[in-house]
Amino acid sequence: MDRFKLKGLLILAVLVLGILFAAPSFFGSKEVPEGWIGPKEKIKLGLDLQGGMHLVLRVVADKAVESRMNSTVSDLRAQMVKQRIHYSKAVSDSPETIQIALRVPDDYDKLSDLVRGSYPYLQEVNRSSKDGVMTVEYRMSASQVATIRSQAVEQALETVRNRIDQFGVSEPSIIPQGDDRIVLQLPGVTDPERAKALLKNTAILEFKLVDEEHSVQDALRGNVPSGSYIAYMKEGNQPILLQQRAVMTGDLLDDARMRIQSTYNEPYVEISFNREGGRIFERVTSENTGKRLAILLDGKVYSAPVIREAISGGKAIIEGRFTDEEASDLAIILRAGSLPAPVEVLEERTVGPSLGQDSIYQGLLSMIIGGLVVVVFMIVYYKFSGLIADLALIANIVLILGALAVLGATLTLPGLGGIVLTIGMAIDANVLVYERIKEELRLGRTAKMAVDAGYKNALPAILDANITTLIAAIVLFQFGTGPVQGFAVTLSIGIIASLFTALVLCRWIQEWLVNYQKIERISI
Amino acid sequence: MDIIRPGTQIDFMKYRKAAFTLSAALIIISIAALFVRGLNYGTDFTGGTEIQVAFSKVVKTDEVRSAIEPIGLAGASIQSIGENRDNEFLIRTPVEGDTGGETVQQIEGALKDTFGEENVDIRRADVVGAAVSKDLKQKGFLSLFYAGIGLLIYIWWRFKISYSVAAIIALAHDVIITVGIFSLTGREISLPVIAALLTVIGYSLNDTIIVFDRIRENIKKAAGSFDYSSLLDSSISQTLSRTLITSSTTLFVVLALFLFGGSVINNFAFAIMVGLIVGTYSSIFIASPILLFFRQEKE
Repeated sequence: MDRFKLKGLLILAVLVLGILFAAPSFFGSKEVPEGWIGPKEKIKLGLDLQGGMHLVLRVVADKAVESRMNSTVSDLRAQMVKQRIHYSKAVSDSPETIQIALRVPDDYDKLSDLVRGSYPYLQEVNRSSKDGVMTVEYRMSASQVATIRSQAVEQALETVRNRIDQFGVSEPSIIPQGDDRIVLQLPGVTDPERAKALLKNTAILEFKLVDEEHSVQDALRGNVPSGSYIAYMKEGNQPILLQQRAVMTGDLLDDARMRIQSTYNEPYVEISFNREGGRIFERVTSENTGKRLAILLDGKVYSAPVIREAISGGKAIIEGRFTDEEASDLAIILRAGSLPAPVEVLEERTVGPSLGQDSIYQGLLSMIIGGLVVVVFMIVYYKFSGLIADLALIANIVLILGALAVLGATLTLPGLGGIVLTIGMAIDANVLVYERIKEELRLGRTAKMAVDAGYKNALPAILDANITTLIAAIVLFQFGTGPVQGFAVTLSIGIIASLFTALVLCRWIQEWLVNYQKIERISI
Repeated sequence: MDIIRPGTQIDFMKYRKAAFTLSAALIIISIAALFVRGLNYGTDFTGGTEIQVAFSKVVKTDEVRSAIEPIGLAGASIQSIGENRDNEFLIRTPVEGDTGGETVQQIEGALKDTFGEENVDIRRADVVGAAVSKDLKQKGFLSLFYAGIGLLIYIWWRFKISYSVAAIIALAHDVIITVGIFSLTGREISLPVIAALLTVIGYSLNDTIIVFDRIRENIKKAAGSFDYSSLLDSSISQTLSRTLITSSTTLFVVLALFLFGGSVINNFAFAIMVGLIVGTYSSIFIASPILLFFRQEKE
């Protein structure tokens, strides 16, 4: 077999592959019939074509730093009491700093040892003495802040993934963007409020002491004591007076499992803290034995049991007259689900299914009309050679569709526009070659020479012209988002496919005509 | 069949003064329009809420306005889109609601209360926060800039610096005039329009490069003394039929997209259409004459 035939076979193979990969998409929303031998992957449609929701969330990571600092402060206070470090003040003014005022300046060494040993991420930034009181300021190290922030974002991403899985969205795309953003593509979701509620629910677990020194009735009358507030029980909505300060939060949680209490067969959720959490929990329970500790999830009080004894081992239980399902859902949310920091919605785009349908229809309509005009024009102007170019055009579209399917690229509305544009531009290469061939023929060359020279002379211009468009498309892909990226993708694929069809496919057909069919007059 | 008779040579360079004057005037008008009228940035770039709603009965713009007046959105921009029988509107307001979707919910509720639940179809709802819109705007314009740089380097590498600069000037010319026309017509600049501008950049460069390639080839062939101006003329003339054929087929399909592609993609198609016409003009009447200008400066 000679090289020419081999080339023909390779071209044929590319076209057959293109058809095989493009074919499933022509079934539209219908199933690919049984017995289809080719791949079954259809082209993924963008949200603007199939309807759905696009969301950009920002994780407010500063809140995670802040809440970690708060728990460090309360832990530090307890440690100072234990080690007889006499302090008059220990507060966190800004999310990253702690100020400690020592009544006995000699305690400074003890404090330094304590901080160095237990809180290595705190760095002393300032120390001053005034009226016998020494004030020391610590700052959380930049690396620790960065770690907390990136962990918060990572965990939020994980949480969001988990919740979307629970929600049952088919083929969601959830990817991080920049430092603190999460981009979600949720096909088919048309109830934005429900989806957002699911995502924005922080599921923050807090433990707060019940204020038993004041009466709830009094507070309900408007006499809320300072440092306390009225919360409501999840079951029955009864008011309960709580201290504002959370003695502990769920970020120190290690695990959460649903358990069944054997005697009454009642489900509850058992949570285990990590080491730091266990230490804090033990201290809190030992300091407050006999008092009531409320367990809150997103501000709602689930239960407020009396602390009977100090609890070591870092385990606690949440009861709340759950059904089995509720308890296991709660365990899932707590286990994988609590957002380490709140999220805010930066961008939200919802496309209803009716608009998507219309867009597909309008996109295809303009593609067909534009395509027909071009096809007719080419035949009128270039006659038989025009027909070859038209065949190449159809092959081009099939290849674009096949490439989109095989690459798993997303077809968006601007992407459809990109295909339409490609139809107009794809024949440019043909036009360039044909004009060259015509020039050669006018100079009195034979058909064979004209074809050879035509393709050879037009090549540099065709390559340069297409590469520049490709550069623009690549820039577009880098900077664009969603639908616009879809345009960049179809434009790029279209350029490459049209180079193939015009320079390889058409050339082969024409060379075959002049070399093997011995055509002496080119119809052009 | 030939649209340009073979061997035709048009003295394009003769018209360069007229072309420069025309282009200068268009650019001045465009820049003036940008300063005086500014650009009608879409929700992508301003932030806010944009809702596309279709009614299943005849509704007037004023009725829509009075429906959303009670929720404090009397100042919203309400635009009827599509063909009139569609009863479709675009409601835009800079209000985004602090947590994203409340405004959408409010508008949806207000419309359903007024026109009946079954008559209201929210076809699209976009809420873009300030942080994102700022980002998108910056990225959008940066992309035009980077594309320009990338292309400058490529043409420099493939041709010569003077070709490269001439091509980029022609590009800037195309983009400025297209944006100017957007300013004058008050059409909305959205993300897809930026994409269209990038396409215009790539496309208009196509035309210019085809001509430059022919100039380079003709210089090689001439290999001796030649009249630069008439060489430019013949290069443009030789490629003219290709320029016209490709431009018009592309124009056809984009026109189809503009007429039948629907409201979402209308401005996108418009930008490409304008850019295409301006780009074809500039590759003939601006890019090559600039080469001549550089040449004369050198001598």
